[in-house]
Amino acid sequence: MNTSAKMILVLTVISALSGGLLSYWDSFTSEKIEAYRQSEIQKAVQKVLPESDERKEIQQNGFTFYIGYKNGEITGISFVAEGGGFQDIISMMVGVTPDFSHITGLAILSQKETPGLGTKIDYDPSREGMETWFTDQFKGKKTGNLTYVKNQKPRSDSEIEAITGATISSNAVVTILNEKISAAKAAFESINE
Amino acid sequence: MAKKVSLLEDFTKGIWKENPILIALLGLCPTLAVTTSVENGIAMGLAVSFTLVCSSTIISLLRNIIPKQVRIASFIVIIATFVTIADRFLAAFYPEISKNLGPFIPLIIVNCIILGRQEAFASKNNVGRSILDACGMGLGFTLILIVLSTIRELLGSGTIMGFKIMWDSFSPWMVMILPPGAFLTLGLMIGASNWINDRRKRS
Repeated sequence: MNTSAKMILVLTVISALSGGLLSYWDSFTSEKIEAYRQSEIQKAVQKVLPESDERKEIQQNGFTFYIGYKNGEITGISFVAEGGGFQDIISMMVGVTPDFSHITGLAILSQKETPGLGTKIDYDPSREGMETWFTDQFKGKKTGNLTYVKNQKPRSDSEIEAITGATISSNAVVTILNEKISAAKAAFESINE
Repeated sequence: MAKKVSLLEDFTKGIWKENPILIALLGLCPTLAVTTSVENGIAMGLAVSFTLVCSSTIISLLRNIIPKQVRIASFIVIIATFVTIADRFLAAFYPEISKNLGPFIPLIIVNCIILGRQEAFASKNNVGRSILDACGMGLGFTLILIVLSTIRELLGSGTIMGFKIMWDSFSPWMVMILPPGAFLTLGLMIGASNWINDRRKRS
């Protein structure tokens, strides 16, 4: 057999075997990976819509809305908001009141901020007992025009306290929220039209 | 007898004499990037070792079948297959670790240690010796990651494997879990290993 034919044959066989092995492997890992992703989302929805006991999922304009109900009444709406952070995309679950006017909760789904500084948006080990203070402070804040303040307590219900040493990450969260909440509101209102 | 010694050496050379990180200075990118905690270091070390041992086994078995013109392409396909298996395994069973390591698991595909061992060893030697070589190199890599990440986690977060070790008033050296800490620690470790080798040679 000449060299070219042998090269093609060997590479083809190796690649085919590799593809076969991987699709077999995928068949029993993909379910688990998807289940984990779903459970993370459900946990986040539970955190940002604490009052709801029943949920419904609706897709609209690229948003997936998780609507929380209690005794048949809507208590809140949550969705995933994503945007650029300091180094990579920050993905968050946001919960808002049914009229989108106030935030009911915020949870970070994934982020790759600077370890020890920007990662405090998710978990701050230096504040024992309130490690998630950064996301917790968004609860009850007014949407639309959120801003941050540095090294002082927020004075109004549209201000939050930035993380010292991680202003860019703090600012990214605020910017993403301002942008995505209004986009989500528009998308949500177009459902009933 | 002579053969026995050389088999043992196939295994042990990766741990010290030809250590992939300290001596060959290969695979430094994941070494520097993921060693912010011991857990990450161990996971990365094991993922690389797994890929290395599996790839070396297969490539050593196929060494007389793969035409040399397409050997690099074939090696990469084989390596990528095992890396993907490791990646999906971590994502399915250890999702937290998988999240922490992020893109560095898929990047094992282009890790020089693995391709380097295939070129330098597995494609020229029999399966038994290739497996020993891969195990030694994998172990050498993992041990260095554990030492490096222990130093960084202890000084940078005051913990080891998430358990608090340092006293209460200890304030963590933030720099240790940032990139400069990785360079400083690794530099000192390489310096120390050169110093030890130097002294050994002289005596």
